Amino acid sequence: MTVLKIPELCVVALVGVSGSGKSTFASRHFLSTEVLSSDFCRALVSDDENDQSVTSAAFDVLSYIANRRLEAGRLTVVDATNVQVEARRSLVGLAKENNVLAVAIVLDVSEEVCAARNAARPDRQFGSHVLRNQHSQLRRSLRGLRREGFHRVYHLKDEGEISSVVIEREPLWNDRRKDHGPFDIIGDVHGCAAELVDLLDVLGYQRDLEGHSFCHPDGRRALFLGDLVDRGPATPEVLRLVMGMVEQGNALCIPGNHEVKLLRALNGKSVNAEHGLAESLEQLAAEPPEFSAQVVSFIDRLVGHFVLDDGRLVVAHAGLPANMHGRASAAVRSFALYGDTTGESDEYGLPVRYPWARDYRGDAIVVYGHTPVTEAVWVNKTICIDTGCVFGGRLSALRYPERELVSVPARRVYYEPIKPLISQQDEVEMREPTDLDIDDVLGKRIVKTRLSGTVTVREENAIAALEVMSRFAIDPRWLIYLPPTMSPTATSDQEGLLEHPRNALAAFREAGVGSVVCEEKHMGSRAIVVALRDPAVGPRRFGIEAPSGGVVYTRTGRPFFADIDLQTAFLAKVRLGIDEAGLWDELESDWVALDCEILPWSAKAEGLLRQQYASVGAAATRAVAAERAALAAAGARGVDVGDLVAQIERRDTSVEGFVAAYGRYCWPVESVDDLRIAPFQILAGEGSVHALRDHPWHLEVLGRLVDTDLTTFRATKALSVDLDDDTSERTVTQWWEELTASGGEGMVVKPIEVAHHGSKGLTQPGIKVRGREYLRIIYGPEYTAEEYLSRLRSRNLGHKRSLALREFSLGIEALERFVGTEPLYRVHECVFGILALESEPVDPRL
Amino acid sequence: MLLSITTRYRPATDLGYLVHKNPSSHYTTEIAFGHVHVVYPEASEECCTVSVLVDVDPISLVRTHRGAMVNEFALSQYVNDRPYATSSLMSVALSKVFGTAMAGRSKERPNLVDTPIPLEVSLPVTPCRGGARLVRRIFEPLGYLVGADAIPLDPRFPDWGDSRYMDVTLSAEVTLKSLLTHLYVLLPVLDDDKHYWVGSEEIEKLIHRAGDWLVGHPERELITRRYLRHDRQLTSEALSRLMEDDTADSGAPEPCQSVDEASIEGPINLKQQRIDAVLEIIRANGARRILDLGCGEGRLLAELLREPGIEQVVGLDVSHRVLEQAAKRLYLDTMAPRQRSRVELLQGSITYRDSRLVGFDAAAVIEVIEHLDRSRLDAFERMIFAYARPSTVIITTPNSEYNVRFLNLPAGEFRHRDHRFEWTRSEFADWCQQVAHRRDYSVTMSGIGSGDPEFGSPTQMAVFTR
Repeated sequence: MTVLKIPELCVVALVGVSGSGKSTFASRHFLSTEVLSSDFCRALVSDDENDQSVTSAAFDVLSYIANRRLEAGRLTVVDATNVQVEARRSLVGLAKENNVLAVAIVLDVSEEVCAARNAARPDRQFGSHVLRNQHSQLRRSLRGLRREGFHRVYHLKDEGEISSVVIEREPLWNDRRKDHGPFDIIGDVHGCAAELVDLLDVLGYQRDLEGHSFCHPDGRRALFLGDLVDRGPATPEVLRLVMGMVEQGNALCIPGNHEVKLLRALNGKSVNAEHGLAESLEQLAAEPPEFSAQVVSFIDRLVGHFVLDDGRLVVAHAGLPANMHGRASAAVRSFALYGDTTGESDEYGLPVRYPWARDYRGDAIVVYGHTPVTEAVWVNKTICIDTGCVFGGRLSALRYPERELVSVPARRVYYEPIKPLISQQDEVEMREPTDLDIDDVLGKRIVKTRLSGTVTVREENAIAALEVMSRFAIDPRWLIYLPPTMSPTATSDQEGLLEHPRNALAAFREAGVGSVVCEEKHMGSRAIVVALRDPAVGPRRFGIEAPSGGVVYTRTGRPFFADIDLQTAFLAKVRLGIDEAGLWDELESDWVALDCEILPWSAKAEGLLRQQYASVGAAATRAVAAERAALAAAGARGVDVGDLVAQIERRDTSVEGFVAAYGRYCWPVESVDDLRIAPFQILAGEGSVHALRDHPWHLEVLGRLVDTDLTTFRATKALSVDLDDDTSERTVTQWWEELTASGGEGMVVKPIEVAHHGSKGLTQPGIKVRGREYLRIIYGPEYTAEEYLSRLRSRNLGHKRSLALREFSLGIEALERFVGTEPLYRVHECVFGILALESEPVDPRL
Repeated sequence: MLLSITTRYRPATDLGYLVHKNPSSHYTTEIAFGHVHVVYPEASEECCTVSVLVDVDPISLVRTHRGAMVNEFALSQYVNDRPYATSSLMSVALSKVFGTAMAGRSKERPNLVDTPIPLEVSLPVTPCRGGARLVRRIFEPLGYLVGADAIPLDPRFPDWGDSRYMDVTLSAEVTLKSLLTHLYVLLPVLDDDKHYWVGSEEIEKLIHRAGDWLVGHPERELITRRYLRHDRQLTSEALSRLMEDDTADSGAPEPCQSVDEASIEGPINLKQQRIDAVLEIIRANGARRILDLGCGEGRLLAELLREPGIEQVVGLDVSHRVLEQAAKRLYLDTMAPRQRSRVELLQGSITYRDSRLVGFDAAAVIEVIEHLDRSRLDAFERMIFAYARPSTVIITTPNSEYNVRFLNLPAGEFRHRDHRFEWTRSEFADWCQQVAHRRDYSVTMSGIGSGDPEFGSPTQMAVFTR
């Protein structure tokens, strides 16, 4: 038995002359989909496997497929003769481009056997010179294969060996996906032994008896990000400590660029002893020679980066883009050590680094060091934790999976930085909306949500949202949520009515909901209020200056107030209420996002009211009066006008109802004191998505907020009902009738449990039941006439309901991601999705 | 909606013979969008009034897409004034119930048909864009005595002021035939809102009904334009047939978005001057790879393609629809391959980072920034000046100081209803200088279009270079 070990992910080049049995070998050891055959590709482009004139086009096809497979991390076997060096060079190139290793397996079968096999195949009747040529090419190739860039070369010399082969697929060294930690990931130490000991101490590690190693009582392990050496005062001590911990299984370590350079120096290569290398060499010279030998062997064995915890965590000294995770190539190693340099030098003579993290869109967290920063901040799921200890900053660790930062101050400045460390301001700059790439929003979007799996946003809707988002919406850093649309209740068949509570309750009962809350609708303008305890929370938590102390925006993400001073004054009143109600402490947060209605409707919608509602009201009132007078006069003359009079009387009542209905929602607004705010849900605060808490909690907490200032806040009347209770329907109907008798908008019925999963999946989070009079401003003044109602009843709610669920899931997902400190593009994706769904055509009266 | 016609001709009841409806009965007929009733509130020797009451079914109005494009996803479709205001629907009703009278036929009173008699029309709810002044401009030249009182929007909110409806009375010595024809054509003209019919057959109708009196009417152009609802193609066709003169502009209808801006700025042809100014800068800087951000329908792109030495032209716009129009306008589908390779249209946004926009010599941002909300300017600045960083950036925007010189632009209004702001010269210069300072560019300011000593040029331009 011959065991061939190959990396789990690599390009396997089969090498052998025509008839050597490559295809048979491939089908025995690999999945049929793993094997790309040049013959097959030739046939794809020419309908003839043996048409040599299309070899170049066939290789294009092959390499296209190979690239897509390798991008996706799939092992790829190339079944071609590969006896020519040019052919093999392309395969090694393919591997390199995709940062994977290449392996060659040579099937060295005698010319006679091959000739006999070809003779048996009618399509392989080529002259014997072809085989002879291939054989001699193979002979010439054999010696140089390793040098061509193949990581491993297996030379199988006869039929017996070929048939006894077993292939073993090995994980790469950087593959530690089965290692789940927990870890304490430690940034660049640079010879600061004292601070390292301080940090290990704070992290809870204990020194072992010999004093060179530390271990954690809970089995946590340290994970060093490299650059242990150079610049600092005690490089040997740091090395001894880390080597000891690694040896005893208490730590993992990856190399930094400084280790690599030190290794070259220790190996006697000529290097420029700059950037603190001289200090290391000097300190090591004072140690016994065998210590340096241990250091050499330690550094030599370090693996460039690790993929850990089922692929959720990646560590690399200078970071690593997603397409390099778990890959192996010189380029990967170089990126992990030096980062993404542009090749230019800055004014300090240092290499200009490209901010690769800004473009990072991978799923794994990437923790890295290398670039000293004043403060470690998350950028798109990546974090640099080199807080410049040796330059007098701090030595930092990231606890994983907790994602807590722990740091200790440097005892002093050991080394003057050549250029100032990156400041907090630059870090905020890095999080600005330039983080949002057009590719984050354009085209068809598929968003994974916790509540209901994937939500698809169609391209045309994304296009509509893009226009709104780019031109009108507030800064995306504030947009952590958009309210979902809500479906009305199934249509009532009761006379004179389009909507009635009975149908809403029935829908929830059917979905298996036990109890519901009915909440009054205020007919204000929907608003999301993000209130900050103080403006400094803006840059810190939202990455944006907050002169207003927060922001108020509409259901489509536009600024609620055109006037920034009005927003500031409004938020001041909200903040005062939150202060007095003690909610900052209660919610353990210095910011809070509230879902509200702001009244009166006319404050935001006066244009609409005047142009549309009041206009229709004025025209209707006059027209009806004139019609009535004309009919009365004709009637007085004895003309039989039939039921026309009754019709006009009915129209008169309808128009009066219409005018009364919109008038309720209008009052003059001269200052912020004329506005009322009716908060009905606490969406989120630091560390917590409150939106999923039961509704009674929201009403209770917000009730206390409302009570602090009854002129600014307006309470939302609510009624909780047990659906199993026989009287529930009567109670709710009576309550609703009281709310709506004089034009009140109506109510929303919500399951007590916000995200209720019933037999048909996620239940509607709310169903609105609007008042009969109010609906005149939606369906037209005269909609209550049975002749109209009978036609209006055939309304289709399916699409609206589906949108409501998808938008609800996206909204909760946006909040979860923001609260989970996920990168802006991840939050924006959800919010953008809601806006896109809102652009789908749907009956606006629903 | 209601319309009443009263006469004091003796015997006044002859009115019934003229309109072919018996004063002592209630006449009803059905039309596509409801019912029309004719009743006589008064019918005596001295005075006779005939009222036309149109009972509109608002639902059928939405569901029957009669000619004009109906957006069924706009709420305004469902709550609107059409059942109450005398508009094109009344014209339709009049031609239905008084068609014979309008045609000038009367079996019983054939002599009266062509006799001017004292007639008074009452239109209690007349939608009128242009107010009482317009009612007079339209009807006085035809010999009417005009009464027009504004109807307040809502007596509960006096601040809201008057509605766009007038209580109108018209009186004249006129033939009933003429009166009805005038109303038929002019009610939709006053309204100037969506009509429920516009098509080329409307030209025939217009000529048929108004051929004899419209030619001499001083407002014939406005009447024709409004009657045919601003469709410039139809308008000019109709006008030229009326005037037997083909000098009128026969260009294709402008997309509605640019109508107001073009008509305000139109006389000085600023559009072309802006393009010329941009081309001049691009030539002077020797730029070869050019971005047109917010390219719209591609007017600048087309001119850039004609410039020798320009290697690549990329147009970016957020609107897919507009890009399709640009592709059509540039004839992309049939363009020669070599030329085709010089031009590219991209959908995107100037507030999102976009790697496709990196590496250009110049970017033109012509009349674009004023369409962004002020708060989005920061993102635009970072995208273009910090990320894409073309060597030259040309930005133009209206100079709001100059607006007072536009005769047809009300004070304080923007040139285009989609503008989010318009800057004075110092506001624009301040912003440009800050951007240049922050992003390491230098900037020069200038104006486009013939300047005014006090208010400057109509368009202002900033050229950033690095």
